[in-house]
Amino acid sequence: MSAADNIATILSSGARLTVPLAFAACGEYVAQRAGTLNISVEAMMLGAAFGSIAVASATGSATIGLVAGALVGVAVAFVHGILSHRVQINTFVVGLVLNALVLGLTSYLITVSTFTGHQVWQVNVPGLRDIPIIGPMLFVQRWPVYLLLAVIPLTWWLVERSRWGLELRAVGENPQAADVSGIEVNRRRRQALLWCGLLAGLGGAYLAVGEVGSFNQNMTAGRGYLVIAAVIFGAWRLGRTLIGCVVFGLADAMRLALPALGVTMNSQLLIAAPYLLALLAMLVFATTHREPRALAQPFQRGTT
Amino acid sequence: MATLGIDGTGQRLLRRLNPGPGGWQVGLATVATVGVALGLSALLIAVTGGSPTASAKALYQGSMASPAAWSTSLLYVAPLLLVAVGACVSARSGFFNIGQEGQVLIGALAGAWVGLRLAVPGPLLLVLVLLASVVGAGIWAGLSALMYRFRGVNIVVSTMLMTFLAQQLVSFAVNTPWLLQESRLGRGTLSPQSNPVPENARLTSLGDYPNLQLNGGLVLAVVVAVALALVMARTRWGFRLKMVGLNPATARHAGVRVGALGGIALAISGALAGLAGALLLTSPVSTNRLQPGMSLNIGWDGLLVALVARNNPLLAIPVAVLFGVLRAGGSFLAATGVPSFLVDVVKALLVLAFVAPPVVIGMLRRRRLADEPATPTSTPTAPAAPMGAPAPTAPTAGSAEAAGSAPAGSAAPVPGPRTTAPPPADPGDAGTAGNKDAMEGRLA
Repeated sequence: MSAADNIATILSSGARLTVPLAFAACGEYVAQRAGTLNISVEAMMLGAAFGSIAVASATGSATIGLVAGALVGVAVAFVHGILSHRVQINTFVVGLVLNALVLGLTSYLITVSTFTGHQVWQVNVPGLRDIPIIGPMLFVQRWPVYLLLAVIPLTWWLVERSRWGLELRAVGENPQAADVSGIEVNRRRRQALLWCGLLAGLGGAYLAVGEVGSFNQNMTAGRGYLVIAAVIFGAWRLGRTLIGCVVFGLADAMRLALPALGVTMNSQLLIAAPYLLALLAMLVFATTHREPRALAQPFQRGTT
Repeated sequence: MATLGIDGTGQRLLRRLNPGPGGWQVGLATVATVGVALGLSALLIAVTGGSPTASAKALYQGSMASPAAWSTSLLYVAPLLLVAVGACVSARSGFFNIGQEGQVLIGALAGAWVGLRLAVPGPLLLVLVLLASVVGAGIWAGLSALMYRFRGVNIVVSTMLMTFLAQQLVSFAVNTPWLLQESRLGRGTLSPQSNPVPENARLTSLGDYPNLQLNGGLVLAVVVAVALALVMARTRWGFRLKMVGLNPATARHAGVRVGALGGIALAISGALAGLAGALLLTSPVSTNRLQPGMSLNIGWDGLLVALVARNNPLLAIPVAVLFGVLRAGGSFLAATGVPSFLVDVVKALLVLAFVAPPVVIGMLRRRRLADEPATPTSTPTAPAAPMGAPAPTAPTAGSAEAAGSAPAGSAAPVPGPRTTAPPPADPGDAGTAGNKDAMEGRLA
């Protein structure tokens, strides 16, 4: 294999590893802008991965599985929203419990049942795929990858240009003021969580029915936390968040590819790199790029 | 009263046990939700073709049926309890730490380093190992406090991110020969683990009972739990801690150094998680080697223990026992054909069952209070009482003469926490006890 082939391999596997992160990051970004530091994104992705394979196995259609996975993500988000933005249980508590619950439940169910593998079809553009280095990365992918290209601008438009997004950001910055001006703070936060659940669900489902074609125990393996790190690394801006996803995906691809290429590199450092980068980004840009001011603060009318 | 034989202390104890307004509702609701949680778990087993009764029996046999089973359960209880007590301290201060899983590993790492590198004779080595874990993990958690203090980095975020750094740090240490990877014996391949810590750095069973092993770690954990419960309930420092957690602005006005106090609370919670890591390293629950997976999710579970115990270190003891029992019983489940992952499901459902009722009932109570002034059923001539004054019998004119009822009447409809003066920073007398109750009421 030539060097160009190696680079093309890493790039294309990096792209595949980036896609689930990018889906979920679009969702987590919305949730965080609304003021929910949503830890259960891991549960959303894992539950969706399981649900997509289960439904795909039952119906025989990977596409229906993908949709079902997204709905599982929404279901987890719904529970999270009810518990933390209606009943007002501490959002981290809810997230931790949901993560533990979904991990336990999916591990249990995958042990007692067997599913057949399913995978969504692959887009393979003739001609363009032969472009050296970037060809395979851009033009040989499973179709949900191209759905991502629609999700990103849609998320941006929703948050930055729609009235809903404006209210969402107000809720994340100053819930008291938003409340006084007639915005239902906790409802907006629940809605943001549902959007997060939908996209995290798509990400998780893509991992199962798109990338791997099957489900294994603890399949997401902390990708949800990686997504949170990406949003933090991106300083709560969509573009930078996605750059974070690409960097993290490439780091993962390099970790997997380098040993085969005979390059020894510290794999622990590569695994830790996303978290380290996120932490450093917070330290360095603390004064210029700040978090939504009410991030992780519950809102209850009548309290400060 | 005297006939019942309840003296002053007894009354105080009763008052302490009384869960406050709506307490019985919460109790009943909790019983109901726990029932639902167990019912759902049984349903899950039944639907997937297992036998709920056989599973329950296996859980019992693995955790409580014999002294040996209890010994296993209690080995898990000790680290869980330590993590939980630490989580109580940090949660009380409002500096919410969710990085215990990593702090457990850092504690084990520091302990392993000292245990394997220092050649100290006798039990002194064990003491040094435990101390190293406390200091190491305390500093690790303290870093988050520093990042918050100087760069305003969200503590929850930084403690969470540092968990993953800790995991990779330990993985690096046991994969690197010049750090802590096991030494080569013969020609076998090296595993990612350290050498076992020497015998004199291990926690052994206390006393000599047939079959039952009471590990020293459990005693240590219970002592720490009781001591910190006393410190938080009875000392000046504990009162300040609570104040910072309930209202940092008030605490700052009262002269409390909020950042320093919260940082110390965070370091304590990290240190206790680290101590739990040292227990995992030195007690028979592990192979006495440092391994990347040795934290066994004790950090996450310990955090859940603290949540169920509502940040009360003493309540954390029975909750930790429950979690330890579930853990030990889980290993017996596999024999019945039910995957041991069931335990994780049961645990998560139980946590929800315990956490939800008080919050839900509190919310319903608030909602009822908020709805009351909206319903114009009372007399329209009482505009002076907007916040749900108890009755239309407004104590305006007549109560001035009724000296006996005036204080009670005036005290009841003043819920306004904004108007109370900040409590003095010096606790210990009866006056502050009243303020303390007021602060508790405000959060509830």
